[in-house]
Amino acid sequence: MFDIFLDDAPALVVVLPLLISAIIAFMPSKIWPWIISIITLLLHLFLSLHLLKEISVSGLIIYEFGNWEPPWGISFKIDGVNIGLQLLFSIFVLVSTFYSRKIFLNEIDYRDSGKAYSLWLLAVGSLNGIILTNDIFNLFVFLEISALASISLIALGAGQNRKALLAAFNYLIIGAIGATFYVIGVGFAYAMTGTLNMNDLVIQLAQYSDGQLAIFAGMSFMLIGLMVKAAIFPVHIWLPPAYSYAPSAVSTLLAALATKTILYFFVRLLYEVFIIYPSYLSLFLDFVLYPLSLLAIFVGTVIAIYQDDIKKLLAFSSIAQIGYITLAFSLKDHSGVASGFVHIFNHALIKGGLFMAVGYFAILYKDRVTLNSLKGFGYKYPITSFALLICGLSLIGLPLTNGFISKLYLFQALYTNQMYFSIALVAVSSALAVVYFWKIVEQMWFSEIKFKSEKEDAYIYLPIWIITISIIVFGLYSTPIIEFSNLSADYLISGYQN
Amino acid sequence: MVGGLFIIITSQNYLKKVVGLAIFQTAVFVFFVSLAKVLDGTAPILTKMANAYSNPLPHVLILTAIVVGVATSALGLALVLQIYKNYETIEEKEIESLELKSDK
Repeated sequence: MFDIFLDDAPALVVVLPLLISAIIAFMPSKIWPWIISIITLLLHLFLSLHLLKEISVSGLIIYEFGNWEPPWGISFKIDGVNIGLQLLFSIFVLVSTFYSRKIFLNEIDYRDSGKAYSLWLLAVGSLNGIILTNDIFNLFVFLEISALASISLIALGAGQNRKALLAAFNYLIIGAIGATFYVIGVGFAYAMTGTLNMNDLVIQLAQYSDGQLAIFAGMSFMLIGLMVKAAIFPVHIWLPPAYSYAPSAVSTLLAALATKTILYFFVRLLYEVFIIYPSYLSLFLDFVLYPLSLLAIFVGTVIAIYQDDIKKLLAFSSIAQIGYITLAFSLKDHSGVASGFVHIFNHALIKGGLFMAVGYFAILYKDRVTLNSLKGFGYKYPITSFALLICGLSLIGLPLTNGFISKLYLFQALYTNQMYFSIALVAVSSALAVVYFWKIVEQMWFSEIKFKSEKEDAYIYLPIWIITISIIVFGLYSTPIIEFSNLSADYLISGYQN
Repeated sequence: MVGGLFIIITSQNYLKKVVGLAIFQTAVFVFFVSLAKVLDGTAPILTKMANAYSNPLPHVLILTAIVVGVATSALGLALVLQIYKNYETIEEKEIESLELKSDK
């Protein structure tokens, strides 16, 4: 009986959270929405593991909705590129949901917790849809569902600070412009090819081998739209306020996964579809993405140094980290794309862990966490502080942490491409990351005020430590991450070499 | 389309920004529908009279996009309402000066 469900696993990982989200929306209870979400996400993880098993046998799953064959019907595609991301997504969402309960209870009215978890599952389902979909218009729908769900979640932070409303509103306007740009691009692509399926799009585009202006215009619109959504440098302005004024649990989910899934689709569009115009692609990568990534790394890091508010500091460091990822993706070869994926995995864990720890401090301190307020926290709350320290060292890229693995692979990829200037810049920015993280450490452990250690909540520090331990484990034993990333790069780059 | 974008960028009033966004999106919807027109085509209903049909797919896509657009506008307006309740104004400049005061 169970097998019937397993056959539909690719659809269920998306549909299940969306469906449950509707059910729990109006539950007034404090605890039931959370319990149901946890059960849903356990099932979600089970389905993801099942998909991994299937993929290791067949290598490719195309799931056709309603048995409509592509290119007519909408299809989901699971292959080596996204299975690793799917697994990371599933695990991280489960951990952060576990973490979110006590945080939500402190930050929002308990009567709203049903609605909050409903939006939470809505965001989870639609972000998962972005990972799996093989249809460019379907992507737009998921993009908008996830954006609207996360905007509502960000606006829930208004109970703490009314600036959350402004942040949510700006995200709404800028995000909607980005999404609409993407739809214009889809319109051009559809007008020229008559298809929305990504595999079919490649075949249809091949007939315009010399390139048509309408196609290039469409491609540019799509890429710019996605850049807005992925917060790539000049169009990142919505991100820092949105992440820093959202409720802490929401910041964790968004910072770790939202931009990552969109970055994944961005690179997939580049290397799977637009690859048939190598000249356009290398023009875009060399003269748009590459310089913007370098600027993002530099500007993001420098602004982060001058931030007083810790959540804002982390958000600006996210801009720089997204810069590292896009820098790796702009290299056009196997090592570059692989190191980009390595950093997607590692940065999701690092930033997730950091936002979790800072979110807990915000609740303990009962106000926004600034540098000053952290005085002596290293002694007051040693368990969480130590986790924060490890995540932060990993962000800088110290050996024994997974951040080091990311940096190592990025340097290798840059070195094989002989981009010495970028190597220097990445090294400088890593050094600058030490500056802003040291400011935090200084306040926490080296201020005059000494506190006795206080009791910490196990429900909150357990998930934080799960992430922290995974950071160390993947720092020492990085094979799984490297293998998944190489697999992704193999699938994407094989098209480019031919 | 450009008109809508212009309103979003220039207007200082949050409500006007939401309206500008709606205009911008509607323009894109019209662009999609115009793509569907086939010369001498009729509505895509099977009859013996017609030998060419307009493409119905863009219409269906836009039906989806309209729903998304409605949701976006609704959420935008709800946020504007909440902003008004919290700040008692929806002018960008006034809110900025309010925030500057509260930061000090």
